[in-house]
Amino acid sequence: MRRRLAGIAILGLLALTSAACGGGGGAGSSAEPAEGPATITMWTRAATQAQSERLVKAYNSSHKNQVKLTVIPTDNYQPRIAAAAGAKQLPDVFAADVIFVPNYTAQGLFLDITDRIAALPYKDKLAPSHMKLGTMDGRQYTLPHTLDLSVWFWNKDLYQKAGLDPEKGPKTLKEFAQQATTIQDKLGKDGKVHGTFFGGNCGGCYVFTFWPSVWAAGGQVMNPEGTTSLNDQPPMTEVFTIWRELYDKKATGPTAKEEQGPTWTGFFPKGEIGVMPMPSTTLGLMPKDMKIGVTPIAGPDGGESTFVGGDSIGISSTTKNADAAWDFLSWTMSEDAQVEVMAKNKDVLARTDLAGNKYSAEDPRVVLINSLVAKGQTPFAPRFGQTFNDPQGPWLRLAREAIFGDASKLPQLNAEITKSLQQ
Amino acid sequence: MTLTLTRSGRRAAHGAPPARWRGKKVQGWLYAAPTAVIVGVLFVVPLVLVVWMSLNRWPLLGPARFNAPDNYARIADNPLFLDAVLFTLKYTAITTVLLSSVALGLALLVQERRPGVGFFRTAFFLPGAVGFAAAALLFYGMLNNDFGPIDPMLRALGITHEPVKWIGTPNMALFSTIALVLWRFAGFNMLILLTGLQAIPVEVYEAARSDGAGRWQIFTRITLPLLRPTLALMLILSVTGSLLAFDQFFIFTNGGPDNSTVSMVMVVYRDAFFRFDLGGAAALSVVLLVGLVGLNALMMRRLR
Repeated sequence: MRRRLAGIAILGLLALTSAACGGGGGAGSSAEPAEGPATITMWTRAATQAQSERLVKAYNSSHKNQVKLTVIPTDNYQPRIAAAAGAKQLPDVFAADVIFVPNYTAQGLFLDITDRIAALPYKDKLAPSHMKLGTMDGRQYTLPHTLDLSVWFWNKDLYQKAGLDPEKGPKTLKEFAQQATTIQDKLGKDGKVHGTFFGGNCGGCYVFTFWPSVWAAGGQVMNPEGTTSLNDQPPMTEVFTIWRELYDKKATGPTAKEEQGPTWTGFFPKGEIGVMPMPSTTLGLMPKDMKIGVTPIAGPDGGESTFVGGDSIGISSTTKNADAAWDFLSWTMSEDAQVEVMAKNKDVLARTDLAGNKYSAEDPRVVLINSLVAKGQTPFAPRFGQTFNDPQGPWLRLAREAIFGDASKLPQLNAEITKSLQQ
Repeated sequence: MTLTLTRSGRRAAHGAPPARWRGKKVQGWLYAAPTAVIVGVLFVVPLVLVVWMSLNRWPLLGPARFNAPDNYARIADNPLFLDAVLFTLKYTAITTVLLSSVALGLALLVQERRPGVGFFRTAFFLPGAVGFAAAALLFYGMLNNDFGPIDPMLRALGITHEPVKWIGTPNMALFSTIALVLWRFAGFNMLILLTGLQAIPVEVYEAARSDGAGRWQIFTRITLPLLRPTLALMLILSVTGSLLAFDQFFIFTNGGPDNSTVSMVMVVYRDAFFRFDLGGAAALSVVLLVGLVGLNALMMRRLR
């Protein structure tokens, strides 16, 4: 009873703070275990909606059990999970941005599925960084759901028009800056085309697109425990400087500074951007006739890396349908789902043993992206979201000072990040 | 203390109430019961729970742990909240002054029955029929520098030459938000004031005019004083609404740029749903509630 009242209070708190969130959602676990076909509920965020919808559709059409999917706006996803957890209204299954998983696990939101995973024949072939973040104290809680890697896309048509070699993308961050500047100088006169673009008021965009350059240069952004920030040191500061120059030269488009995130990937497909970091999941969504080159994100002087983002999926700790939920989850890892659903749509696979398949072989760019899974990193920090993604968190302030403001404030702001990581 | 003493003293003097009264009393309670239940479930219980939560470390799942007064002590070193208090007060002051002036102006414009006045009353009130979150999103879209139509229109008319960064600087973000709030709420407040204006008897105006009062004198000596209770209502609604501002900053400016438009409720929201610190968020809510109740009590007393 007390928990239920607490749920009411949390909902009250939500009502006090937000009329914006809207209602509905139809969460809660539908009863009916084991016998007869079960319907399980699943939540996912809008950012990876396409992949989730395809998986659910394929599962529902081939299984008696059914999955009812609810898609929630990305920005509201974390609050919705928090409110639902507090009110014991979590769906049976939910996907989450992989970097939030350590925090959710620590809060006890996911069911321990160590033994179920151990029974999978391909348990050692699951995307390593996703599995690492879903493990706490030796117990496993999540499976990889979607993989979203940051890579550089370049527009071959614009390269040609600007007199650059359309078949050669940048191999270093410095080359990236030169090529972006050339495009800006040659084609940017009328204000339609820009050299490059980035989400300048979006913490999650910065980590996704800038940090791989640090890793490629052999640097780190945090200690392995995710409790100390290293973002005031080279190579991070060098990366900031290169981007700052691009902004100062107006090669980034005038609205980069205000870009809050929802639209940051929208300009490249319109053919307005020469070269920029993009999420690999958008490759399948690009206009069919657009000639796009894909190359790994590099450090200032070379190397290559990527931010292995995307979603992990787990069974909620409050579900009454754990078996049906696992049936769906384990199916999404099967060769059927991975190859015929994910690979067919140019998505990165959650299993490394299936990377070379009949679909990926058709497109060398997909092979390249798949090969980066092993080279990339997913940063681990229990307090990741509130530190790096939250617009009121300390990371966005640091990144904005570094690019648009007073770079001498970095050490002090970096200390704020460390403080937030240790809360 | 004295109050209870006199009451019980009086009751002792009169003896127990007769049975007829007791029956009426039960009846009265029954009439009040549905409301009491609703108030109890939707207000008293959550309120008590929020206070209880604010005294505990309260995880999303799992047992709570009593830790008072940690949640309250931590407010002092929460610079985001302290900044938000100052910002919210500033926003409230500006909004309230502008909103009451604009609303009063509109109300005076459409006060008298003239041909076509119904159209203007409807036009001024109509934005109030748009959900506030939707209105915030609408402004976000209209003023967006990447795809919003306002900027190209202004440039085509030759009014501006560069894109205007509507939410790009702290002052512009505040200005744009206040424009949104005025657009959305001026009509509703106009309606409140209109009811007050029309409650002033025509005879009072006629008497003033026959005594030779000018327009300005009538406005300051007749209209404003007689409008005082309605203005008080509007002020209290505006101040309370502004201090609890959330949608406009959450949706329209997202607290930016650089945390310059973070309202108090946004900090509560962040602590609860991004930092999962439900106890801390509850403590902030309690502080906010006490402040609001105090301020409203003060205003009621001053404006009565």
